[in-house]
Amino acid sequence: MLAVEVSHIVKSFADKVAVDNLSFSVAPGEMFGLIGPNGAGKTTTIRMMMDIIKPDSGEVSILGERLSEATKDRLGYLPEERGLYKKLGVIESIVYLASLKGVDRHSATEKANELLDKTGMLASKNKKIEELSRGMGQIIQFIVTIIHDPQLVILDEPFAGLDPVNTELLKGMLADLRDQGKAVILSTHQMNQVEELCDRVLMINNGQNVLYGNLSEIKSRYRGNSVLLDFKGELGKVPGVTAKRAHRGYTELMLDGKTTPQQVLAQLVNRGMAINRFEVATPSLNEIFLKEVGKKS
Amino acid sequence: MKNKTLLIFRHEFLNTIKRKGFIIMTLIVPVLALIGIGVFHLVLTISGPPVVETTTIGYVDEAGGFDQYTTQGYIELVGFDTQDDATAALINDDVSEYFVIPSDYISSGVINRYTLERQLETPPAIATAIKNFLTSNLLADKVPLETIYRIEAPLDLVITRLTETGEVATEQGGYGNVIIPALFSLLLALSLMLFSSYLLQGLGEEKESRLIEVLLSSVSTRQLLVGKVLGLGTAGLVQVVIWLASMPLLLNLASSTFGGFFSTIQLPANFLVLGIVYFILGYSLFAALSAGTGAISPNAREGQQLSTIYTLLVFVPLWFSSLLFVFPNSPIWVVLTIFPVTAPIAVMLRLGVTGIAVWELAASLTVMVLSIILVMFLAIKIFRVYLLMYGKRPAWGEIIRNLRSG
Repeated sequence: MLAVEVSHIVKSFADKVAVDNLSFSVAPGEMFGLIGPNGAGKTTTIRMMMDIIKPDSGEVSILGERLSEATKDRLGYLPEERGLYKKLGVIESIVYLASLKGVDRHSATEKANELLDKTGMLASKNKKIEELSRGMGQIIQFIVTIIHDPQLVILDEPFAGLDPVNTELLKGMLADLRDQGKAVILSTHQMNQVEELCDRVLMINNGQNVLYGNLSEIKSRYRGNSVLLDFKGELGKVPGVTAKRAHRGYTELMLDGKTTPQQVLAQLVNRGMAINRFEVATPSLNEIFLKEVGKKS
Repeated sequence: MKNKTLLIFRHEFLNTIKRKGFIIMTLIVPVLALIGIGVFHLVLTISGPPVVETTTIGYVDEAGGFDQYTTQGYIELVGFDTQDDATAALINDDVSEYFVIPSDYISSGVINRYTLERQLETPPAIATAIKNFLTSNLLADKVPLETIYRIEAPLDLVITRLTETGEVATEQGGYGNVIIPALFSLLLALSLMLFSSYLLQGLGEEKESRLIEVLLSSVSTRQLLVGKVLGLGTAGLVQVVIWLASMPLLLNLASSTFGGFFSTIQLPANFLVLGIVYFILGYSLFAALSAGTGAISPNAREGQQLSTIYTLLVFVPLWFSSLLFVFPNSPIWVVLTIFPVTAPIAVMLRLGVTGIAVWELAASLTVMVLSIILVMFLAIKIFRVYLLMYGKRPAWGEIIRNLRSG
């Protein structure tokens, strides 16, 4: 059973088409990246998945069924812009929102303490939300998102506003969720985070599908015809290399269409050259995105 | 699975009754009344019965024959031979004012009054004293003294209201009957305003913090709205019941402490029952209006501004309440009783003054229930469409279009 199956959803607002015929699926135990620039239609797509707004056409299936009140208890959602009841205490906030997901007060309190401990926030458990820093508030929201042990976790820009320590903490917890067999959807415009965490991605722009599939497959598809080399000594002429471009700390070698990077490496090794780094140049997700968006416009 | 509506209800109820504003507003009424009674009692004990000061006023009798009955209650009248003497006495502060009875008084009826103070009109006590002084002297030796007194105060109306069966009614009317309903209708108006503002504030905050998205990913729009409205409404009911319950107690205390006017104060029949019924209906209507307003307003502040349109209407019957005493049967009161937003306050006020015909009460209740159903229906519809709209408030035309298209 797929965690999410979206087929051909369309949503228009008064002046524009926000989501235009999108289809994708997410499997359990998978970390899925929903990426695109600001205003691409990511949040609208998520809201349709959460049944907060209805699509004009198309179908959404969550955990094998149309989203119902019972399914809502099995999913966790962290919206893009966040807040909690300012006047309420940390533990009360978590327990109340967990109870709305069908967790009883006793288990919710127990689990909240456990998660606060894990995130190093146990000392703040009796504080009011308004006394917390922005980053701390975000961690509390993350706890609220996962406290009921959801099968599907949807996070909209989860790393925005977090310091490096908390970012790493969150990444670790997300990886744990995936390893437990949960489906995790990360929606973000920070492509580097997705590159690091996700198995598959859907890239959208202006509400349309730009790229969809396995991340490593996509990257190999966009792999350029060059290698990056950091070496000691003179390079001289290398057969199969048409041009050299010096960068700081490394040199990029452009290959002709027939020579493979492995052949170039063999030649350099045969010369007895001291090589510190040899890497097949792979474009970053960001570069792929810019290339694709540039192509369409 | 626990009922989620119940969870939201519990959360909203507990959070509301813990609010400082709620606690102050609920307790301020009985506490202020108690303090008032206490202070009055204390002042009375310390100062003893009030001492009335005698006022001396002068007069110049040019017509002749006005020399008896110079003590009128606590006003003492002193005669002067000439107006100059009287003026001198006035300037010396021997008299507080004086008047002249001109020689042609019998034919003209004119009395000239002289005073150092700037006044809108003659104080009633002075006017009565002068009038009685003149009457008594005009009739002196012509009719018996008793008749003179009767002419001065020809009637002391004692009203008894009978029921349709001819027995003495338990409720006798008069100002004693108005005090409590008037006070309660003011409190009711404040309470309705307070609770619609709580609802708007809550919704506005959840919308601004986007918490509404987390809530809606856990519960349905209907569960959220019903839970909120019931939670706040129950808190409001607790407040109103505390007020209503404290009224008879305070009343007993006040009437046993002061007696007099306070012992004539009574609660109109059905007042307690209708007070609660109209609070529940009024609150439901305002909750539905507030939910709709909350949905189309981008933040709490704008929601509050928009809500003044209907919260101000609540006070309309109070603005016109003085008219109720003069024209209690004016058709305006029928309109205010039946128009749903003004009905709760209008009914409470009229209950104390004249009572309300059964058909009017039935019409008022029916119209209220129908409008609650209609506004609730529209509010839930609007709520879904606009809840996730942040930023600008939509234009009215757009809202109507969206309501039509559903």
